[in-house]
Amino acid sequence: MKTSFIKSGLSSLFLAVLLTGCVSNPELDEQQTSTDIEDTSVQTGQVDTSAIDDATVEVMTADTVFYFDFDKALLKPESRAALLEHAATLQNSPRNVRLEGHADERGTREYNMALGERRANSVKEFLVLQGVSPGLIEVISYGEERAAAYGSNDDAWGLNRRVELK
Amino acid sequence: MIVRIAKSSILRLLLVALLAAVASPSYSELVIRVTQGNDQPTKIAIAPIAMGGVQVAEDISGIVEADLARSGLFDPMERRDMLAFPSKAAEVYYRDWRLLGVEYLVAGNMQAIGQGRYQIEFSLLNVSGQKTVLTHKVSGTLNQMRDLAHLISDKVYEEITGIRGAFSTRLAYVTATRKNDIYTYRLNVADADGAREKLVLESGEPIMSPAWSANGKELAYVSFETGRPAIFRQNLVSAQREQLTNFTGLNGAPAWSPDGKQMALVLSKDGNPELYLLDLQSKKFSRLTRHFAIDTEPTWMPDGKHLLFTSDRGGTPQIYKLNIASKETERLTFSGNYNARPSLAPNGRTLAMVHRQSDTFHIASLDLKTGRMIELTQTRLDESPTVAPNGAMLMYATKQGDRGVLAAVSLDAGVRYVLPSSSGDVREPAWSPFLR
Repeated sequence: MKTSFIKSGLSSLFLAVLLTGCVSNPELDEQQTSTDIEDTSVQTGQVDTSAIDDATVEVMTADTVFYFDFDKALLKPESRAALLEHAATLQNSPRNVRLEGHADERGTREYNMALGERRANSVKEFLVLQGVSPGLIEVISYGEERAAAYGSNDDAWGLNRRVELK
Repeated sequence: MIVRIAKSSILRLLLVALLAAVASPSYSELVIRVTQGNDQPTKIAIAPIAMGGVQVAEDISGIVEADLARSGLFDPMERRDMLAFPSKAAEVYYRDWRLLGVEYLVAGNMQAIGQGRYQIEFSLLNVSGQKTVLTHKVSGTLNQMRDLAHLISDKVYEEITGIRGAFSTRLAYVTATRKNDIYTYRLNVADADGAREKLVLESGEPIMSPAWSANGKELAYVSFETGRPAIFRQNLVSAQREQLTNFTGLNGAPAWSPDGKQMALVLSKDGNPELYLLDLQSKKFSRLTRHFAIDTEPTWMPDGKHLLFTSDRGGTPQIYKLNIASKETERLTFSGNYNARPSLAPNGRTLAMVHRQSDTFHIASLDLKTGRMIELTQTRLDESPTVAPNGAMLMYATKQGDRGVLAAVSLDAGVRYVLPSSSGDVREPAWSPFLR
């Protein structure tokens, strides 16, 4: 096999020289290798949603959404009145609340997760300073994953940089 | 690029060298002229594979053509312009192809080899040199014809450019749809060309931050299915999954170590986001950063001893390097007020990131040796850069209208394309490592 390959290779090389390169392949520099493929087909997993709380939502009269500036977690003065009202309600009739922090779509997703948490934490700190027990408050960040308003403009972004009290 | 120049057109290089030797003694001028000459993609012809009577749904040669064209380094010839369809080297009349201006030619044929397997033997021929530079056999089952095509592309690409082909790799990404306030999040895996999309996980709660294991067999990701963010790992073949974290606060940004034994991740259980290492065998966590600022988005350096991460400890988000053993940190980015989501090329030197430039967010690359920064994209909401394992292209998420799509750009910014879109809002691409 090897010999015949070399022979035919040499003879066609010889021909190639004679005919100044007009014939077919002289089979030089050939690498003969092979690759076999294994099965790597992808299967679908299943989520387990049994742990999700389906809590009844309390009726709240004061604003429950608080807005922030880009890449900032400082409470705005206009959030203060509603937060004071929530703080009073929670002290009078304690219940578990959830603060969901959000970011607009600009910037990176995991950084926005951190930013959403920082915003929710500044709301939490305010409530705790007013006397609400920290044990009642759970902070969850959704980053930019749950937009309140769609569109890539200042109005939509402003509505998405928020903390929701639930 | 330089390697490709040397390999793909030695003749042209010699010619230019001769001309340059006459015209000018300057070596640098020679280099510049060759580089410009090779901005022209290599002309290649992929003759249709002779199928030997085997019925196959895919157009194998067409897939190879599309792969090579997408790389930007090749200009595949239209099939209708070919004068013949050789199926092996012995059937090739070089003169015909030379007249057509073709530099390389691929000819191949398929045969059944039993047990439901089929083999393609193909040759890559250098037309001007009139020789076969590569002959290779690939085999698989009828539903692996795309795999065989991508393997052919890999071999051809590597032989001509000197760079390992990444056409046989995969992409993981997340899609989101919203209908009447019902969200559906899907984690998908597809071939690097976007074909053969497979669902890995579907949930009504957010799925984020997919990351490949070093062997390409598993994904780690963040799922909110418990009502809170938690990190999971999932085997792609068995679909078996395991929840790795369940802490109060952030559980995010998983990044598998190069040796596969550890995972860098972000937890805020101690008050604010910090980097941690999870030993996947002992399930022990160790804390890496200690700072009141946001520390997130860890990515491994190829040495397995350093992490790059995003932190706003300097007032704005910037990229830092952490020595895992000594815990020393070093700031790497100084240009602009928002540099985040580091993604390192396999050379350990080219750092891609999200970079804010006058209120728009682009993908930029920073050469860690020279400090030179290049903007790779010009659209306004670009994020999640992920570099191909061969370092030739990077994929990122961007917007077309109001919809998220995936796009790719070469690390020299010369080549770009948008991936054929999946349904929904597509985001967070993660390019797999080499899979075989």
